[in-house]
Amino acid sequence: MAKSGAEVPRVYGGPAGWISVAVPAAIFAWMLQYVGPVSDGNPVLLALDWVPSMDIRLSVLIDGLSLTFALLISGIGALVTLYSTKYLGNHPEYPRFVLFLMMFMVGMLGLVLSDNLIALFVFWEITTISSYLLIGFSSDEAKSRRSALQALLVTGTGGLALLAGMILLGNVAGSFELSVILTQGEAIRAHPLYVPIVILFLAGAFTKSAQFPFHFWLPNAMAAPTPVSAYLHSATMVKAGVYLMARVNPALGDSELWFWTLVIAGGFTTVFASILAVRQTDIKQVLAYTTLMALGALTLFIGTGSPDAIKGMMAFLVVHSLYKAALFLMIGIVDHETGTREADRLRGLGRKMPLTFLGGALAAISMAGIPPFVGFIGKEFLYKAGLGHEQATWWITGTIFAASVLMFVAAGIAVLRPFTGKLADADTPQTPHEGPWAMWIGPIILGVFSLGFGLFPDTVEAWLVAPGTWAVYGDYDYTVDLYLFREANAAFLLSLATFATGAFLYTVHRPMRAWLGRVMEANPIKFDPGWDRVLDGLKAVAGWQTRILQSGVLQRYIFTIFATLAIGVGATMYLKDVLNFRVDWAAEFDGLVFKHWAVLVFITAGAILTAITSSRMTAIAALGVVGIGVALIFIMFSAPDVAITQLLVETLVVVLVAVAMLKLPHLGLAKDRKRRPVHAALAGVVGVLVTLVMVAVLQGEIDLAITEYFETASWPEAYGRNIVNVILVDFRAIDTFGEIAVVVIAALSAYALLRGTRYGNTDDEIEEGRK
Amino acid sequence: MKTSIILVAATRLLTALLLLFSIFMLLRGHNLPGGGFIGGLIGATGFVLYAIAQGAEATRRTLRYEPQNIAMVGLGIALAAGVFAAFFGEAFFTGQWWFAGADPSDPDDKGLPISSVLVFDIGVYLVVFGSILTLVLALEEEV
Repeated sequence: MAKSGAEVPRVYGGPAGWISVAVPAAIFAWMLQYVGPVSDGNPVLLALDWVPSMDIRLSVLIDGLSLTFALLISGIGALVTLYSTKYLGNHPEYPRFVLFLMMFMVGMLGLVLSDNLIALFVFWEITTISSYLLIGFSSDEAKSRRSALQALLVTGTGGLALLAGMILLGNVAGSFELSVILTQGEAIRAHPLYVPIVILFLAGAFTKSAQFPFHFWLPNAMAAPTPVSAYLHSATMVKAGVYLMARVNPALGDSELWFWTLVIAGGFTTVFASILAVRQTDIKQVLAYTTLMALGALTLFIGTGSPDAIKGMMAFLVVHSLYKAALFLMIGIVDHETGTREADRLRGLGRKMPLTFLGGALAAISMAGIPPFVGFIGKEFLYKAGLGHEQATWWITGTIFAASVLMFVAAGIAVLRPFTGKLADADTPQTPHEGPWAMWIGPIILGVFSLGFGLFPDTVEAWLVAPGTWAVYGDYDYTVDLYLFREANAAFLLSLATFATGAFLYTVHRPMRAWLGRVMEANPIKFDPGWDRVLDGLKAVAGWQTRILQSGVLQRYIFTIFATLAIGVGATMYLKDVLNFRVDWAAEFDGLVFKHWAVLVFITAGAILTAITSSRMTAIAALGVVGIGVALIFIMFSAPDVAITQLLVETLVVVLVAVAMLKLPHLGLAKDRKRRPVHAALAGVVGVLVTLVMVAVLQGEIDLAITEYFETASWPEAYGRNIVNVILVDFRAIDTFGEIAVVVIAALSAYALLRGTRYGNTDDEIEEGRK
Repeated sequence: MKTSIILVAATRLLTALLLLFSIFMLLRGHNLPGGGFIGGLIGATGFVLYAIAQGAEATRRTLRYEPQNIAMVGLGIALAAGVFAAFFGEAFFTGQWWFAGADPSDPDDKGLPISSVLVFDIGVYLVVFGSILTLVLALEEEV
């Protein structure tokens, strides 16, 4: 880590630092040009064909929702990367860090801007992978690695569910373009696959946005360096799930299932996370849990779904990103300059770090929801939406009230306590001092926006909240109006109650924390250790089935393969009832002349000799006879290409097997004798089944349409008269390419295996050989 | 194992003949039995014979290039032949043709047809050739 003690941090000299600041800043400036059209209610649609035959396009949809996200991602991204130049600039792996961060940013921007579901999914996975790399950035710490893997597995599993949901949705809607899907809400909700689609989408969104019961990975993800926590795990990535729910709201929302799932999960997460937040002593953990609370609130209000709720959600989304990123950056400075993040050890830093205090204070006031900051507006409109909704009014309003109270307390714990009061030098590992400008500028800029948007709510309304509400609600005629204060209505009174309760709880927060700690300890359900148990169970199952399947004995592998074949084919034939045909054997045999009988005898003799001989070489040669007999059949029925191939392959197989067999010891038939009847029975069953399949196939009508097409098209279209070759290299060239790729991979794998065994047979010797 | 001197002497000739024959089979493949797959198999047979007679080391020297590299180059050539069509705005693996010296007024005169399909087939040839020799030589050296 970059906690370099008293020495002046040596900034990394290469270009990674300024590039990482310039790129997001440029994207931010570029995105600004779309604010005008979008705020007039005209979404922008750009498209580039990618895989047109599968309806996969690289299309960009810039509407209020995606523009809000894109501005937050690039704007906060620029501040975070600027901050990182000082926070991690002297870290030996700094360029790698920048690479991961940029990769994440591209993924996140792609996610919010793409109009195509499949492209969205690809970007979704990019954010998952880059998040894994960033959480595990301090890869020498076991805790980092565990947290990274946990985040990857939880969000990755959700991602797979999401992919399934997207494919279903795309098929139901008849298009993978969001701009098309979003107009078909009625039809989608009426479709029988609606319920599975919603469940799969929510599995993706809930894991990504850490909704209960998938919440446990997010606080652990705070093992990442602080800029990452500020950027990924508060302002952007975890909101991808929220984004997804908001995005598909016009298509999937407005149903009982959607409403109750989101409202209950969101509300529960909100309260649960706020309580856990107040319980923490590490300020970064306090912020981590308040992020969970915010995600819960956003989910709750998307679920509520009324225009007021969506408006409140959009306002709160902006509000939260501004203050939470600022607070994370602030605690990073405190950690960097004092060496600790423990709330009890930090007091009176305000005098030593005035600018950090300023940035933190602006953000904290917004978080506490005190006017005239934009946080007050966000909270007011959430209250208003909750009170105004006829279903679950008290649940929505109650959870958001509880959360706002605890948010007020958390804001006090995070900023008021560490920065005010008497300075306690002895308690911090380092003497506190102000950080460099590149670090405190971020919180201050974000804090000023929190204040500015609060004083001039029309700006944020026109630029971000109104267009966003239209996009999420799917109605461009709804009038959005944000204001600081008009009348002392119920929502305003609720705000006053929030401040009073919050202020009281803050004064008693230390005893309350101890009490909450005891309550939580008593709770028997623990998610994080539970996760370990799930993983252990998975590993145990994997180990168990591997020990059964991977015996390491070639005979058993082959036995398993053929037994599976016999059972699979036999069961299918039985279930599908394909054996109800009569064969006119007399007619079938009528056409056979002497040469056919000769080949049959030839093949049969070879097969019998292979089975009964005790010499390997004889067995191989006899097997070759069978193969050559088959090649003769191909020649008789005029398939010269196949016959030549068969002959050559047969020759080479005999040589290959013979060479391999020379190394093996002589057949130990005595040891094997007990198993031979079983093997013979299996071989017999497979043989009979394959014969039956062949006979059954020949009973049906063979559709020659494809053959005729190739026969007629081969010369005029592909200028070739050998249909087999034309199919291989032209009509079906992509299949052939796949096949030759498999051939190469198989050859290389076999080569690696043969080389690997050179060093000996025990694992130790192989290990030794690798070195 | 003592190798027969007749075999050793004959393989020098046979390998060359099989290699020549394999190229013949590769080139005629589009209209008559043959093609890259069969050609590659025949070519590989020639060197397998060589390896049995002269040993794996001598075969590697004669081949000059590692067989696995030959296979990989073949795969690359096949891929390039497929991608080639994209430069003309057509789908991956659409055959591109050039009829060298053909008379445009006569629809049956194709001149000397040269195509991306042939390049693809050459890639197939090299993949089959290289993969089989990779296996055979590695197995030979095991003994």
